[in-house]
Amino acid sequence: MSKPIHDPLSKQVDDASRMEVKNTTCYMCACRCGIRVTLRDGEIRYIQGNPDHPLNKGVICAKGSSGIMKQYSPARLTKPLLRKQGSDRGESDFEEISGDRAFEIMSDRLGHLRATDPKKFALFTGRDQMQALTGMFAKQFGTPNYAAHGGFCSVNMAAGMIYTIGGSFWEFGGPDLERAKLFLMIGTAEDHHSNPLKTALSKFKRQGGKFISINPVRTGYSAIADEWIPIRPGTDGALFLALTNEIIKQGLYDREFLTRYSNAPELVNMDEDSSEYGMFVRFEVPHEEGCFEPQNKLWWDRGLDKPISTHTPGADPYFLGEYKLDDGTPVKPSFQLLVDRVKGYTAEWASEITGIPEKTIKRLAHEMGITARDEKIELPIPWTDTWGDEHDTVTGNPVAFHAMRGLAAHSNGFQTIRAMSILMSILGTIDRPGGFRHKAPFPRPIPPCAKPPNDPRAVKPNTPLDGMPLGWPADPDDLFVNDDGSPVRIDKAFSWEYPLSVHGLMHNTITNAWRGDPYTIDTLMLFMANMAWNSSMNTSEVRKMLNDKNEDGEYKIPFIIVADAFQSETVAFADLVLPDTTYLERHDVMSMLDRPISEYEGPVDSVRIPVVPPKGDCKSFNDVIIELASRLELPAFINADGSRKFRDYPDFVVNYETAPGSGIGFLAGWRGKGGEKFMKGEPNPKQWEIYEKNNCVFHYELPRSYQYMRNWNQGYLEWAKRHSLLRYTEPINIHIYSEVLQKFRLAAQGKSDGKQPPDHLRERVETHFDPLPFYSQPLETQQSDLHKYPLNAITQRPMAMYHSWDSQNAWLRQIHTFNFLNVNSKTAREAGIEDGGWMWVESMHGKVRCLCRYSEAVEPGTVWTWNAIGKASGAWGLDGDANEAKQGFLMNHLIAEELPPSADGDHLSNSDPITGQAGWYDVQVRIYPAAEGEPEVSSPQFETAKTLPGQAVDLKRGRWLTYFAGKGGKT
Amino acid sequence: MKQLALVIDLNVCVGCHACVTSCKEWNTSGTAGWMADENPYSKDPTGTFFNRVQTFEVGQFPNTETVHFPKSCLHCEDPPCVPVCPTGASYKRESDGIVLVDSEKCIGCSYCSWACPYGARELDEEQKIMKKCTLCVDRIYDETLPEQERKPACVMACPTEARLFGDVNDPQSEVAIAIRESGGYQLMPEWGTKPANHYLPRRKASITIHEDELVRADNPLKKERKLPMPDDKDPTLDEITSW
Repeated sequence: MSKPIHDPLSKQVDDASRMEVKNTTCYMCACRCGIRVTLRDGEIRYIQGNPDHPLNKGVICAKGSSGIMKQYSPARLTKPLLRKQGSDRGESDFEEISGDRAFEIMSDRLGHLRATDPKKFALFTGRDQMQALTGMFAKQFGTPNYAAHGGFCSVNMAAGMIYTIGGSFWEFGGPDLERAKLFLMIGTAEDHHSNPLKTALSKFKRQGGKFISINPVRTGYSAIADEWIPIRPGTDGALFLALTNEIIKQGLYDREFLTRYSNAPELVNMDEDSSEYGMFVRFEVPHEEGCFEPQNKLWWDRGLDKPISTHTPGADPYFLGEYKLDDGTPVKPSFQLLVDRVKGYTAEWASEITGIPEKTIKRLAHEMGITARDEKIELPIPWTDTWGDEHDTVTGNPVAFHAMRGLAAHSNGFQTIRAMSILMSILGTIDRPGGFRHKAPFPRPIPPCAKPPNDPRAVKPNTPLDGMPLGWPADPDDLFVNDDGSPVRIDKAFSWEYPLSVHGLMHNTITNAWRGDPYTIDTLMLFMANMAWNSSMNTSEVRKMLNDKNEDGEYKIPFIIVADAFQSETVAFADLVLPDTTYLERHDVMSMLDRPISEYEGPVDSVRIPVVPPKGDCKSFNDVIIELASRLELPAFINADGSRKFRDYPDFVVNYETAPGSGIGFLAGWRGKGGEKFMKGEPNPKQWEIYEKNNCVFHYELPRSYQYMRNWNQGYLEWAKRHSLLRYTEPINIHIYSEVLQKFRLAAQGKSDGKQPPDHLRERVETHFDPLPFYSQPLETQQSDLHKYPLNAITQRPMAMYHSWDSQNAWLRQIHTFNFLNVNSKTAREAGIEDGGWMWVESMHGKVRCLCRYSEAVEPGTVWTWNAIGKASGAWGLDGDANEAKQGFLMNHLIAEELPPSADGDHLSNSDPITGQAGWYDVQVRIYPAAEGEPEVSSPQFETAKTLPGQAVDLKRGRWLTYFAGKGGKT
Repeated sequence: MKQLALVIDLNVCVGCHACVTSCKEWNTSGTAGWMADENPYSKDPTGTFFNRVQTFEVGQFPNTETVHFPKSCLHCEDPPCVPVCPTGASYKRESDGIVLVDSEKCIGCSYCSWACPYGARELDEEQKIMKKCTLCVDRIYDETLPEQERKPACVMACPTEARLFGDVNDPQSEVAIAIRESGGYQLMPEWGTKPANHYLPRRKASITIHEDELVRADNPLKKERKLPMPDDKDPTLDEITSW
């Protein structure tokens, strides 16, 4: 009898002598779990979650488990490529060149730009997590034209929350589901920070918590929600404001929390004739100005019935009412202004807008308020607040929230997210058990200290930029505008069009550069950003712009450099292609200077170390930056004698300090000569080795008394200052009322000195920079014909795909091979479209032919599809007739990057007027069946892209892929 | 008798497919491998998987449930796939109840997959061998692995711990307790196959609000009331008496 194949005692395939195990950090998405990679004869046998890693504790997702197929994908680029003379962009006619030649071309070109006009060089990066390095490179180069992908991703979430509570979701903070009793999830991208959230959701449900999902669509996590509340896209702000109204009306807000920890009781100047109108009244001007809020505001004390300095021991302020100071100035507590604001936002009103029944809204408010009030958590953890008061316990109100792009990707998103942050705050849930909790290095001051330059003269030849390329304006004088108020940056960030665009506006860069508005550039360098496909709005037109020439035959954007590991659609449009490594081939850091993977309990950073050698001539973009910076002799990268300072990226990570002797570098763990220090300490030459020995992760757990209430926790703030996370130990009070926004409004009204908006933008700034949240329809909706285009179109993210990255992956593409447009069955029937039939979806900007899928899990006014499953023919190492190209489609063709012309301007970005966040989900559409006889293929189609020289087509094994790790194996 | 099996908790499964690809990556390079993929980079890709997740909708808007449903071999106690096998390749282990295919005997005739009412078997079209979930039999007894890793790859991967693994016939096991206490059920028990794998149903949490919970003595709005104070000129006792 032959031996059964599954012989449990057989170790023939996994003989120990052939095996090797290495730890590193995943990058199949930005979750960045710890992984353990088993190699057999040098090939990847198995990738598992690292059980000793604090983030994922051994679990892994579909993407992480498919890392093997990314490594061996035929979409891999392996050679630097130069576009052939005479060929057009988009045609993929390249010649292989050496890495050295590629650097020569770049350093000649960029060296000239730096010596003449540094802003002619623009560097925009995608979903990387190395912004500390790329941002530093841009600053050292001297160009202001740098940003990462945040502007078209979720900057509204970052900005809306950070300008309110000093922290935000995802890397910066999140819901404490271990202690929460009620959890509200609103429009969350499910391909982000996924494993810890999944794990927490499961535990939360098993503990008996109630999970409510508010989303136009019920998919992914929402499937296991105890209650699904379908909502019309872009109307979440109306819901939050109505909930706030009801909670206040019922007295369900946490007065004690708001008194001490927010500006709710602080008195606002109501004298309309004063230049201080709408500002908090101050009893003295501070001696020292800094990036913190001086404690010099007033309350109206209930006992004395007169104004009193905030936080005076024994004082108890009124939240409501109207008062007069001795000098006759009329004042109101900011909470009264909030009450005035939400008064009209009743449940009945919100019901009309959101589609949620009035009684559901009221019930939701009551469930939140009563759970917060009656299910209080008291942790026996003594702590001391910044006013010196000692507390025996840490209190928590167990209502937690999580939200992401569903709120962020609307042009009313900033104010919506302000409204959500205020709702979370009035429930008393900020950095408390069961509510929202920060992750180091958050909380930050409101707003954080880093500022963009505020003077065009900050850009000088052969000189680093005077300021950070990205930062957090605190008032109009922080804007980066010319003397006439026009933008300095190519993407118009930090201009009056989008004053708080803290992550830039990558989505308008190509259009602006193509049009020469505000100016033309010479070289555009893109890293890991698929701007010729799913990362751009208006994809078809952007592809034309990339290929458009002036009358003299010169490209409108003369030189484009693309760094990518794979044959993305954008690579075809490059003049110079740099083949990047995969995550399994490189050194990387998840740095405290960037977006680390911190836990609620304390800072965590981590590293990647190569587990397999790079393929061909691939070079990690980190090393590209170090090499280029050294060749260009950027000051931070050379010694005093002009010699090169850093051998390569690993050498840079260990030895770079933010200033000579600062002790602050890219990695926080095992600093100091022998690795005895953390957060701060001199460089340690053995730092990489120690990380490697410690699962590639450093985790410092704060003392328990520093783990909560960090905005106001004396112990924590002093610890953070001592370890250089913060410059000041002043409390970070919640901005229920935003004076920052009011300052911009006063400028728009011409009431303040300092920078003023151009006249055509005054009304726009005055309207949107409201110090209290308000509801308005998204900008594009306001300009749409809602009779003609009655439906909202949105995308969702599947958990098994990360953006466009995974169609080259033989396993993951079998899970999502192509996409349907999901339409409520009733809506589809009314439009005469069959389930599984071809249909058109059309906006005022364009139309797409696609396949329809009936669904009961979407509200009738919304149609949706999975994001970025559709691919251009021939891209990503796929055959030209792959399903992704012929049946799959991209919603981007329906979405414009600019709003229709209006009184505010002809070329305003289709973005939030405060932050410049791309309004992906604002598009209005109509649907109709495809005519009989139409081709059964998605539209638009593009000419099949050619395979590139050096592309790893040897991995394209024809009909069968029979992966079996190890060269002694069966492949 | 020992019967190893999976208990899958539909109450927490979010449909992430971690079990699907972690299974594939472990097994394609293991003793059950390889697991061929046809047309991996071209039209209509399809490959061998031991485990798949199906997602479907139940009910009508707005009362819709979206169900993520992972499905693999159920390791039936009375597996219909075994007696139909003409070569004896399909067999059930007495020691732990795992249903396996001996690849050296399998002739790829597919009788077993026709007999399986659950559609759990997949013919590897490249090798012409029937393949199916082995409960990672090459992991669970492997003493070179740390004890906590002697589990099927899908169980190790699952971020929501929706997949429990153990002996369903041992009343003290985690899986038997889950079945007993959380309403575990079998798929299509009426077919008499006695599937060993079980599913746990959705369980809903709700909050009950009593009207009087909105009425509270400590309502913070009460702090905003100024206590009424009569004017100095208002009548007092002084107007009617002098004691």
